[in-house]
Amino acid sequence: MGSHKPTGISRWLFTTNHKDIGTMYLWFSFIMFLTGGAFALGIRLELFQPGLQFWDPNTFNSLTTMHGLIMVFGAVMPAFVGLANWLIPMQIGAPDMALPRMNNWSFWILPFAFGLLLSSFFLPGGAPNFGWTFYAPLSTKFGPPSTDFFIFGVHLMGISSIMGAINVIVTVFNMRAPGMTLMKMPMFVWTWVITAFLLIMVMPVLAGAVTMMLTDRHFGTSFFDAAGGGDPVMFQHIFWFFGHPEVYIMILPAFGIASHIIPTFSRKPLFGYSSMVYATASIAFLSFIVWAHHMFTVGMPVVGELYFMIATMIIAVPTGVKIFNWVATMWQGSLTFETPMLFALAFVILFTLGGVSGVMLAMTPVDKQYHDTYFVVAHFHYVLFPGAIFGTIAAVYYWLPKWVGNMYNETLGKVHFWLSIIFVNLTFFPMHFSGLAGMQRRVPDYNMMFEDFNRMSSIGALGLGLTQLLFFYIVVQCVRGGTGKATGEVWEGAEGLEFTHLPSPAPYHSFDEAPEVK
Amino acid sequence: MSLLRKVRSGVVLLAVLLSSSLMANPEYSIYNLRPGVTETSQEVFDLHMLVVYIMTVVTILVFGAMLYSIIRFRKSKHPVPAKFHHSTKLEIIWTVIPAIILIYLAVPAGKLLLKVEDTSYSDMTIKVTGSQWKWHYDYMDNDVSFYSSLSTPREQFEDYSRTGTEKGENYLLEVDNEVVLPIGKKVRILLTADDVIHSWWMPDFAVKMDAIPGLINETWTKIDKPGVYRGVCAELCGKDHGYMPIVVRAVSQDDFDKWVGQKHAEKAEADRLAAEAAAKSWSMEDLMADGEKVYMEKCAVCHQANGEGLATFPALKGSKVTTVDSPDDHARQVIFGKNAMPPFGDMLTDAEIAAVVTYTRNQWGNNTGQLVQPGRIKELKAGK
Ligand SMILES: [Cu+2]
Repeated sequence: MGSHKPTGISRWLFTTNHKDIGTMYLWFSFIMFLTGGAFALGIRLELFQPGLQFWDPNTFNSLTTMHGLIMVFGAVMPAFVGLANWLIPMQIGAPDMALPRMNNWSFWILPFAFGLLLSSFFLPGGAPNFGWTFYAPLSTKFGPPSTDFFIFGVHLMGISSIMGAINVIVTVFNMRAPGMTLMKMPMFVWTWVITAFLLIMVMPVLAGAVTMMLTDRHFGTSFFDAAGGGDPVMFQHIFWFFGHPEVYIMILPAFGIASHIIPTFSRKPLFGYSSMVYATASIAFLSFIVWAHHMFTVGMPVVGELYFMIATMIIAVPTGVKIFNWVATMWQGSLTFETPMLFALAFVILFTLGGVSGVMLAMTPVDKQYHDTYFVVAHFHYVLFPGAIFGTIAAVYYWLPKWVGNMYNETLGKVHFWLSIIFVNLTFFPMHFSGLAGMQRRVPDYNMMFEDFNRMSSIGALGLGLTQLLFFYIVVQCVRGGTGKATGEVWEGAEGLEFTHLPSPAPYHSFDEAPEVK
Repeated sequence: MSLLRKVRSGVVLLAVLLSSSLMANPEYSIYNLRPGVTETSQEVFDLHMLVVYIMTVVTILVFGAMLYSIIRFRKSKHPVPAKFHHSTKLEIIWTVIPAIILIYLAVPAGKLLLKVEDTSYSDMTIKVTGSQWKWHYDYMDNDVSFYSSLSTPREQFEDYSRTGTEKGENYLLEVDNEVVLPIGKKVRILLTADDVIHSWWMPDFAVKMDAIPGLINETWTKIDKPGVYRGVCAELCGKDHGYMPIVVRAVSQDDFDKWVGQKHAEKAEADRLAAEAAAKSWSMEDLMADGEKVYMEKCAVCHQANGEGLATFPALKGSKVTTVDSPDDHARQVIFGKNAMPPFGDMLTDAEIAAVVTYTRNQWGNNTGQLVQPGRIKELKAGK
């Protein structure tokens, strides 16, 4: 079996190999990242100056909606599933994922899901225009006809995510190499297992929400219509019961990634492994009981608001533990700053900034001022771009030599890093100010007092987008030979079965025989 | 060491810049929340500054430790790494200290929350209704009500030729009818909506509350200082979400009473004119002229000036409603609304509805030649 490898298009269509599927997920995610990025540039173009220059407000709303949906469901989530596919079997010493055919299917659903979603731009009435949070009744009674395409698209993505999550759980619980107990699992595997449980619990809730929308739109139900005995606020409760764990789905695997990269380049073991595991599990648990902190202005009873405020603030404790542990890992280490380390450090620093504004947003009476302003936009872009996306980029730089057997161009990698870090801050930091000063979210136009900050953001966004084309070039160059062969270990003293037990590139079929873990 | 010193002076400079920009002219900062003009907005501002300062200190400590490691423990300076990977004592410390800071923040936050949610013992009540894309205000104790919508002319924001337009100082933050409120009085604000969710946000009062169709929310404010305050709709509510501002003029109780009297007089005069207009029989020319005015003001925002519609807003040019349906059916739809179309029966006078129905049946090649008189609209409103 060792070297068997089908060729041509059928290799990719019918593959059940975790590495091929991981590759497809990652490329798909990158294409979606560029698509969602193009929508973001469309938004920033309009916001470069006050007045309407490029889009009518309805098209602008479609751009913000599709930017959010594509980035969340098309870029970040598939990127993490791609990394899981590549890494989990190699990190636990398994030959493949436990359910390879389902693995193939869960990938191939995605192009159809997003084809459906993107085609809505060409329907009469245009693409969905109600924000990625699709609050009723704007999305039900007032949604364009393409809302139904959106609903079916979300169903497909949900099925894909649930299958991916089942696959991770089954693989991790059944296929670990002998000797690899749960508390010896690499952090990336731990964070992904926990993410998988979150996915399984909340994707069906999202499916329920869009199904209720569908029946409200076409079959005469009134789940979200007060005139028929329903409640528009119930939509938000259901949505955020999905939506808040979803936020952690988009960050936990990045926590895992940082927990690999920082120890390697500090030449020191991860500080507080078990508290890292428990902190991740507590964050995941807490993510289920804080959803209504997104809804402090809907008019909840004051006791509810108090509860959701306090529960939310508690999340800062385990999150703080993670950050302190990473810093302690670096303490008295022997640090070098290759590109993966740079991105991992930027991840920790900028994610901390996002966490700090998160604590501010948790405090109900002040959140009533921050809510639905650019301050919130700044907050979640700080946890998503330097968080989820820098995490993914760091992972690609870190493991790419293992995947393809070549080293990437370190100088270009550093250029990519420095440009990214300058532009990401130029794009998102000014949004804190415009939000505090009174600029609300999701508007195509604004008063002149916000002009300077918006200009900075628009210039930053253009730079940030173009910089990622450099990333594409670096990856392609590395796949085609890069700057030379990678060693099996790749990085000096790198830990983990993929580095200690496999050559670079990792063979198409690895760990046909399970390694022994001591 | 020189690097360390550079970094340190950089941090100091940044802190100075940050705090000076945060503090510069706090009345009307473009960097920060404003302390506003109510007791609660001042307390919200103080709590905000408290959490900003605490979080700045926390961030500086974390980043400082990272920066120290990056400088002090780089491989060239510290070639042999330590081996430790665990310290129960440290881990307990950095679990407990953040928990204490959070409790320290949660206590004042909880107290302030109880205060901002307490709507009891109010002196007067207004009801605010959001609809796409304007606000309706109802002074429950004074028998005054009116619509308030953006007064910035379209020419100022529609700049598709990209030549730039002249914009006024309060661009997008000005309305045709300001909300007038007395200072020093606790005003209870009830909120609801006709169509989708809107959110009434007045930064200077620290009031933001969703207006939700079918539900009624309540909040309150008590303004300390006379002045004109500007806010916006904060919840995405469709196409013109960015174009439904709020303007509140806070005045003394005396001036408020005068304003109420003036509103009553205006209302009586408007009723008299409307009755006069409704009683007379209108010519086609007059109906078309008035109809165009009403159409541009109320209808063009969705159905567009050329009657061709936009996205989900249907075209009126050559449509069934404006050409095939009877004038009565057409007028009923305007009066009572249908699906996403709001009812205009209370918003427009009989003469205005007659004019706009006539206009849309005879414009853009809809040459039905049919005209509707205000008298008929009055009957239709009454269900006849
Ligand atoms: Cu609105």
